[in-house]
Amino acid sequence: MVRTAANSLARRLAVAGSLAAGLALAPLGASAEEVVNIYTTREPGLAKPLFDAFTAKTGVKVNSVFVKDGLAERVKAEGEGSPADVLMTVDIGSLLDLVDQGVTQPVKSDVLEKAIPANLRAPDGSWYALSARARVAYLSKDRVKLDAITYEDFADPKYKGEVCIRSGKHPYNTALIAAYIVHHGEAKAEEWLKGVKANLARKAAGGDREVARDILGDICDLGLANSYYVGLMRSGKGGPEQEEWAKAINVVLPTFQGGGTHVNISGATVAKNAPNKGNAVKLLEYLVSPEAQDLYAKGNYEYPVVPEAPVDPIIAAFGPLKVDNVDLVAVAKARKAAANLADKVGFDN
Amino acid sequence: MTLTVSDRSAPPRAPGHPLLRAATGAVVLLVLLPLIALVWAALNGSGDLWPHLIANVIPHALIETALLVLGVGVVAGVIGTGTAWLVAVCRFPGRAVFEWALLLPLAIPTYIQAFVYVDAVHPLGPIPTLIRTTFGLAPRDLWLPEVRSLPGCILLLGLVLYPYVYLVARSAFLVQTASVLDAARTLGVGATEAFFRIALPLARPAIAVGVTLALMETVNDIGASEFLGVQTLTLSIYSTWLNRSSLPGAAQIALFMLALMVGLVLLERWGRRHLRVANIGGRSHAPVRRPLSAGQGALALLACFVPVLLGFLMPAGHLALAAWKRLQFHGIPQTILVETANTALFAAIGTALALACGFLVVVTLRTGALRSGLALRLAGLGYAVPGTVLAVGLLVPLAGFDNMVSHVSQQLTGISTGLLLSGSGAALIIAYVIRFLAIPVGGLEAGYGKIGPSLDMAARSLGEKPGGVIRRIHLPLLRPALGAAALLVFVDCMKELPATLMLRPLNFETLASHVYAEAARGTYEDGALAALLIVLVGLAPVILLARLSRPQHD
Repeated sequence: MVRTAANSLARRLAVAGSLAAGLALAPLGASAEEVVNIYTTREPGLAKPLFDAFTAKTGVKVNSVFVKDGLAERVKAEGEGSPADVLMTVDIGSLLDLVDQGVTQPVKSDVLEKAIPANLRAPDGSWYALSARARVAYLSKDRVKLDAITYEDFADPKYKGEVCIRSGKHPYNTALIAAYIVHHGEAKAEEWLKGVKANLARKAAGGDREVARDILGDICDLGLANSYYVGLMRSGKGGPEQEEWAKAINVVLPTFQGGGTHVNISGATVAKNAPNKGNAVKLLEYLVSPEAQDLYAKGNYEYPVVPEAPVDPIIAAFGPLKVDNVDLVAVAKARKAAANLADKVGFDN
Repeated sequence: MTLTVSDRSAPPRAPGHPLLRAATGAVVLLVLLPLIALVWAALNGSGDLWPHLIANVIPHALIETALLVLGVGVVAGVIGTGTAWLVAVCRFPGRAVFEWALLLPLAIPTYIQAFVYVDAVHPLGPIPTLIRTTFGLAPRDLWLPEVRSLPGCILLLGLVLYPYVYLVARSAFLVQTASVLDAARTLGVGATEAFFRIALPLARPAIAVGVTLALMETVNDIGASEFLGVQTLTLSIYSTWLNRSSLPGAAQIALFMLALMVGLVLLERWGRRHLRVANIGGRSHAPVRRPLSAGQGALALLACFVPVLLGFLMPAGHLALAAWKRLQFHGIPQTILVETANTALFAAIGTALALACGFLVVVTLRTGALRSGLALRLAGLGYAVPGTVLAVGLLVPLAGFDNMVSHVSQQLTGISTGLLLSGSGAALIIAYVIRFLAIPVGGLEAGYGKIGPSLDMAARSLGEKPGGVIRRIHLPLLRPALGAAALLVFVDCMKELPATLMLRPLNFETLASHVYAEAARGTYEDGALAALLIVLVGLAPVILLARLSRPQHD
């Protein structure tokens, strides 16, 4: 009873505006009201609509904080007192990191096991994939006439000075290099990375959508970037300028020689000391429901992980996705080697 | 007024109050807390990290960082000192405006400056588009300087960091000018010669403080260098850590960086070890500014206008335009008011605490409760630690404390207190204080340097108690230094990003974290309004700062 009173006071202070968070010395989190607390590396703009829909449906309030770096360190340090229920990341590597660092707990759920294919979740339930996206090729509509391209092609000397890509140390690219290592081994991957670097039109920096903008600006002819950005740009949600960027490119789903298209996931785990474990599982189950998977597809232009869920038409227009056959966990394990390679060839220098 | 340049004259020592000493000890301990935690973490070993770093990362990063530091030092030093001199001792059209306008770039965070320039100089940006359409050029026909490069980064950082130098250099010139320069002039020394032979050497300690602050910001910068693709030591090593998720590795790296930074500071101090400048008694009177000829005046105006244009007007204008476009497209984000309030409130609390702690440390030293300047150096250490690393270092002890308190409370009363500090935002404020304590400490130390020891002696010989000396003599004389430090800390807290990202509680956003979240998603134009607000909220303090640092009889 005392606890409830103290906590509801804390809540009221917190609700009085997040201003109160600093003054009240009243930690947000545990509460009499139904809540679920999320630490995420996923940008709030992408995750918010999903959280809002969950609250509308279940009445469970979602408290969230977007922590880009050091998520695992934070949860680890907070230890038993951590208010975190769900830890959500946008990369298989960082998801497995959380598991490896011992800040998660496995949860069993028939709903999750039924909805998510076995290769997109941990056998023991310690992590679950929620959405997926492909690392695709943006090709200049005017200057590159190709219907198909391989990841290997990006190192072809004929594209010298024509390739745009973001930092080689960004998780998206680290995972791609890691997949390359799994396919061809470290030595070949190093050679490839050197070739791609030699083809760069500008420094490997900035974001994914700049690849499209730079192609329109005639800085480069082709590049690698994530699939969902095309949805954001083409839908007009990003504004008229971005529609122009997207008009300058054709999207082709590249493949590895003898493989498929590189796909990475966003996913979630339940925190080890989750104070609202029931709600955490409830949220995960909601996120694989047809409604939420549709939001992933229509709101974020991601590929749903539930096989029968439809893909947004803009993304579907890229053609059928042939997902690469390498194991996601193997890719995550090759991540450190991939990061080392990016350093070694000075990809960003 | 008399100025002496003497060799190590020590201020008089009065028996210090033990309470002061204890309080200073507590402040120093607070600053050392994350560092101790880092040392502890570093001892856990990191396996194969170092051979890789030494072979593949550090050599390139060291060169890149050295060039960056050198470049920014020169750009910020020259712009800051040059404009400070013009504004302090010359009379030319617009001088009164430039006196405060030159500070405006302080309000622009480096990461925002980088976004804006990449945007503006892109072939599709407004300026190149204008040039292209005027001359009917294709994108590849128009050569543009690449902003995503080391020179680009040097220029952009120099443009936003020169006010650190300008601010201190101007005060130094203002204090000197009156008597020394008048005297020099009556002896027939020309303006140029007076600047290089008298004013500059006398202002060197102050300029060094300003340049050091600018360089610390440079070395710690992650946002701008990441966006511009410059592989600085901080960035390279930082991403190596992230790709390996190893706290021990991060800690070792942080300590390595810290050693380099301390080296930088020691080098700077060693360089001026024989120089001690004090203003013994008297008050500075308003300098008589030298009128410039029409041609010289135009040049001076141009020299002051260009940094303001490139460092502030251009980026702020571009942001305003982008924000306006987004407003029409998306409307006002609902959360923006709360974020603005959060930002201002946290920055204000952080500033007040940093100032109090800084004053405490400096006063303790002045009154002789502590014999060495070691406490000062230690208190300023936080500035040398990258924000992210500081945050990681703080997480462990603060959350440990929280859990302990909660545990005890649970045992005694049955009530779990949860995460008192790390769950409430208090952790963030502590981080601000530790991170920016160097500014009040440095500023007040410099301020005290100008209050001659003879003043204390005179006051004491007239029967004033040590507390009275502080209250009735030091504080009024320190007011400009206190004000300047307060505003710098405020602006810095407001712009702070890495520690904010890692330590803020649930459902708590500041303007900076908002801008960053949009930028991380690649939709930085959606962050334009928040970015503009950082600039606007930062403007008031910057203008105040300019007023405050003006001599009283101006």
